[in-house]
Amino acid sequence: MTMDNKVARRIRDVPPSGIRKFFDIASEMKDCISLGVGEPDFDTPWNIRESAIYSLEAGKTHYTSNHGSTELRKAILHYLDMRFGLKYDLNQIVVTVGASEALDLAFRAIIDPGDEVLIPLPSYVAYMPGVSFAGGVPVSMHLQECDNFRITPEALTAALTPKTKAIVVAFPNNPTGAIMTKEDYEKIADIIIEHDLVVISDEIYAELTYGTPHFSIAALPGMAERTIVINGFSKAFAMTGFRLGYAAGPKPLLDAMVKIHQYSMLCASSMSQEAGIEALKSECANDFAQVKKMTAEYNRRRRLMYAGFNEMGLTCFEPLGAFYIFPNISKTGLNADEFCTRLLYEKKVACVPGTAFGDGLDNFIRCSYASSLDNLKEALRRIKSFVESL
Amino acid sequence: MDNNALYGEILDLLENDARMSVEDIAVMTGVSADRVREAIAHMEQEKIIVKYAAITNREKVASEEAEALIEVKVIPKRGQGYDDLAERIYGFDEVKAVYLMSGTYDLSVIVHAKSMKQISKFVFEKLAVLEGVASTVTHFIMRKYKEQGVILSAKEPEERLVISP
Repeated sequence: MTMDNKVARRIRDVPPSGIRKFFDIASEMKDCISLGVGEPDFDTPWNIRESAIYSLEAGKTHYTSNHGSTELRKAILHYLDMRFGLKYDLNQIVVTVGASEALDLAFRAIIDPGDEVLIPLPSYVAYMPGVSFAGGVPVSMHLQECDNFRITPEALTAALTPKTKAIVVAFPNNPTGAIMTKEDYEKIADIIIEHDLVVISDEIYAELTYGTPHFSIAALPGMAERTIVINGFSKAFAMTGFRLGYAAGPKPLLDAMVKIHQYSMLCASSMSQEAGIEALKSECANDFAQVKKMTAEYNRRRRLMYAGFNEMGLTCFEPLGAFYIFPNISKTGLNADEFCTRLLYEKKVACVPGTAFGDGLDNFIRCSYASSLDNLKEALRRIKSFVESL
Repeated sequence: MDNNALYGEILDLLENDARMSVEDIAVMTGVSADRVREAIAHMEQEKIIVKYAAITNREKVASEEAEALIEVKVIPKRGQGYDDLAERIYGFDEVKAVYLMSGTYDLSVIVHAKSMKQISKFVFEKLAVLEGVASTVTHFIMRKYKEQGVILSAKEPEERLVISP
């Protein structure tokens, strides 16, 4: 007897992650340098960890409100206003188990069977499956290197159909490092309003920009009313393992998300919420000193990687946010999968092929620079010698 | 990038790794190598960069060497304040650092010597007998946990997943 056919079709139909194969090989390999890590290499600042420890000692180990603790939501309100000029009420926020849960809630709250959701590609691996799991139809919106991987009115219009219900925007972007400015968003805002789309804006990398501060699409006139802003603590405060995120948006949509959240998750971990309060309060009071320190360090590495890839002839788009660089490897004559596989076996450097972030991204690889300077230099040296050997 | 911002960036990098090459600094700050060279020369001349030294952990080499923090209470002299006495104290080779403090004592003196005995000798032969020194309290450093922002007995950090989305 097989259980395979018992798996729901919409789950079965989603292909396995393109990252898995490289993970399995790289995990077994000694002296492998990984540029495949999608999380900060900094430890969580000690004051944040210490407050989580204290919360356990103080016995703050009970359920919180479904929306998240009031103190944390107040801190989030203050933060969103101070940093991005976004204004919400306390009941327009839900604290979630990572931004990932917020994303899942958003999809489940708005999608009816057959609804189409526009996903910009390249982008983070979870959007397409998330839409499918919720019974929707993910529709690719292919962004171009020549457009700096930004969403253009043309790309958006080309993907629209009468069934389009929502659009995902995700900037600063994983894997390209692209950002969208206020002007870029203004160019597509009218189309979004005209077609009455819901916007799901994943802003998890908002604190990690280099030069141009993050702009949230929800800050444009007429947008907050239709936008679910998703953010979290993982990237800005190096808190990935705490699994703490949140969503903010128009009340009807938030109420729907909270309805799912209260039955499926109840609330985010109480000690993580305590740590989140410390993260926001200390940074807001301290001019974001720790965030700035981490960003300054990422920026140096970003410049090193950008110069390194261009020097070895792999032209690459200059990333302006997040901690990834997305070199174009078409010159080598290899496709992304071959390039990454051979680089891993021959030089012991792990990168992720662009194909993991969307169909047709055969010409790109994603390299994370959330790794020590020594590692990055050695990795660049090895990649260079690999490219020269081709 | 204006000069002050560049100086700050370079100091951040050199404080972390004094051996970083000019070329690497140039790439990481996004300015030319010549400009970095000029900036470093300027900061060396102005004593903004005072010295290039290593942070060491001498406990790892078998050694009797000892270090102490000495609290010194002082009777300041009219017209000279504490400077005159501070100068007489920092002149000694054994003295690694001298700070004027607020609080219950006046000068904080860090002393380094071949052994605890030698430090004791330095205190009662050289320091305590200086004119103007009212009293001293000597604290020997027993173990260093963190030095200049670097944790000396750092545990290996938890491994991250090799590849994650």
